[in-house]
Amino acid sequence: MTTKSQALLNWIDERFPLTSTWKAHLSEYYAPKNFNFWYFFGSLALLVLVIQIVTGIFLVMHYKPDGTLNAAGIPVAFASVEYIMREVPGGWLIRYLHSTGASAFFVVVYLHMFRGLLYGSYRKPRELIWIFGTLIFLALMAEAFMGYLLPWGQMSYWGAQVIINLFSAIPVIGPDLSLVIRGDYVISDATLNRFFSFHVIAVPLVLIGLVAAHIIALHEVGSNNPDGVEIKKKKGADGIPLDGIPFHPYYTVKDIVGVVVFLFFFSAVVFFAPEAGGYFLEFNNFIPADPLKTPPHIAPVWYFTPFYSILRAVTYPLFGLDAKFWGVVAMGASVVIIAFLPWLDRSPVKSIRYKGPVFKIAVVIFVISFVILGYLGVKPPEYKFFGVLPGAPIAQLCSVLYFAFFLLMPWYSKIDKCKPEPERVNFK
Amino acid sequence: MKTRVLNLIKRAVAVVLFAPALALAAGAELHLDRAPVSKDLASLQHGAKLFVNYCLNCHGASFMRYNQLENIGLSEQLIRDNLLFTGERVGDLMKVSMRPADAKVWFGTAVPDLTLIARQRASEFGSGADWLYTYLRQFYRDESRPTGWNNVVFENVGMPHVLWELQGDQTATVTDDGHGGKTVELSLAKPGKLSAAEYDKSVADLVSFLVWMGEPVAEKRKTIGLFVLAFLAGLFVLSYALKKNYWKDIH
Repeated sequence: MTTKSQALLNWIDERFPLTSTWKAHLSEYYAPKNFNFWYFFGSLALLVLVIQIVTGIFLVMHYKPDGTLNAAGIPVAFASVEYIMREVPGGWLIRYLHSTGASAFFVVVYLHMFRGLLYGSYRKPRELIWIFGTLIFLALMAEAFMGYLLPWGQMSYWGAQVIINLFSAIPVIGPDLSLVIRGDYVISDATLNRFFSFHVIAVPLVLIGLVAAHIIALHEVGSNNPDGVEIKKKKGADGIPLDGIPFHPYYTVKDIVGVVVFLFFFSAVVFFAPEAGGYFLEFNNFIPADPLKTPPHIAPVWYFTPFYSILRAVTYPLFGLDAKFWGVVAMGASVVIIAFLPWLDRSPVKSIRYKGPVFKIAVVIFVISFVILGYLGVKPPEYKFFGVLPGAPIAQLCSVLYFAFFLLMPWYSKIDKCKPEPERVNFK
Repeated sequence: MKTRVLNLIKRAVAVVLFAPALALAAGAELHLDRAPVSKDLASLQHGAKLFVNYCLNCHGASFMRYNQLENIGLSEQLIRDNLLFTGERVGDLMKVSMRPADAKVWFGTAVPDLTLIARQRASEFGSGADWLYTYLRQFYRDESRPTGWNNVVFENVGMPHVLWELQGDQTATVTDDGHGGKTVELSLAKPGKLSAAEYDKSVADLVSFLVWMGEPVAEKRKTIGLFVLAFLAGLFVLSYALKKNYWKDIH
């Protein structure tokens, strides 16, 4: 470094902790050297967040949150999306990046969460990282749900109608609560405007704050790894963990490879199948919202369907309250329960590598249940597998298995026969 | 004993084979013909001509400008001379002069805008093009309907058969299968200006145009996509080499 730029750096460092922050979070943040494939998804989630924010900024320049009809009888909001697709230079690319980004966000976040589940990344001392993560997931769901209303297509409209109506099932305050959320008695221009406001500023602010908290907490305690052993327990004479390597440059160059591979698949969808067969952009959403025409089948976008299935699985009224209310409770609980994992897992080891067969089987059942719930969530409730096997009771069974995975964990994780953890991490 | 086991297996196989058919019978199924969608400019131009002449009278394409047809090889002069009838300008949107309220009175329903129709009509039964291709070929005479027309894939549709002079009159023989389902068989009662094969070709061209109009940028998007993927593949080689080089001293 030349003396001039060193002088400038000194000048800044005396006023702002630039060098020390760089060291604490990158060049002298020691990460375990044995990260595997699953450890790409954290940095990829951050990448997708940036993609969503940058494309979002450009979309807001042209999008109009206006539910009134234009001269051709088409809602202005819907027309403005088509205007972006057809007349704004490069608008189609920005829009497809954003719509594909929404689904990609959930893909990487689900894989990121699953990584935590596999290697016990939620265990002490990382409970707060996990809780911040669950809150990020909740904020992300709110963000995606509100963003989905903005194109003002039939699925936007009726999907929002179904979900907001759920709130009215809450006793006493329900009807007023759903009125406050909508800002009207039906989904209308008022709803569109407040969802726009939440989608472009309120929730993103919360999201960024939570992501910052998530990373600060992570860097405080250090990263877990596929072996689930604490690298800080074995330090060299220099005080650096023996199995730790500086995040920069080692993991920055490694994550660049992950980013390129991710962008390859991401671009394949953006450029060759932006609708993803009706899963990323639902066909019905190319029809402008029509408050007088209910579509025959209203399905949420794929990333909500496991939880939507759990909602629909509850069909019994209880304590004089509607089944719908208990469905809402079950759906809420299915997300919130994730936050309690750190206290549900009583296994002596963190990583699945050293856990016993019971936990492994439980994880397999959990994943299968989650996928089946997701699959059934896009289908109408009367759907039958192969035309004969009714989906509804299977969804109920899978919902029970979903909760059983969490609620029985204190018991089965304790009785399981675990293998001893190694002293140091395995590398190559 | 052996034959009984064999029979049992046969029956089990039959159940598994017919299960998907049962699944379809449970819902409202649609049998759609595969649309031969073409990207050939002559087909698209013919489709555009049919669209402007037959569809645009009642349906708008309110996200399309006339001069965007230059992207399918029509010159501005050609568009001006052949496709503008009522004093529109070449940069105007393909709006329709019929007011939505009038349409409601005349046809019992608002007339949908057609810009995105090929994307809207996609479903689990087939692409939007398949739906349109089948729909436009399956109108039949039905005196019980106010327009005198009905349609196999869109029962009790509000739209009359606008292309009847090209296709001619079809009549339908409806047979009930006794299980709530019915099959409709169409036959040509009075031939139109075009032969059946010519009519199918014209509809295919029209549908190809509707597909193009649904996303005019689609072909360009794919072309750019190839370059993007090639670039990323190259970048992968470089980034992987960089990673290898940095990590060679980690043991």
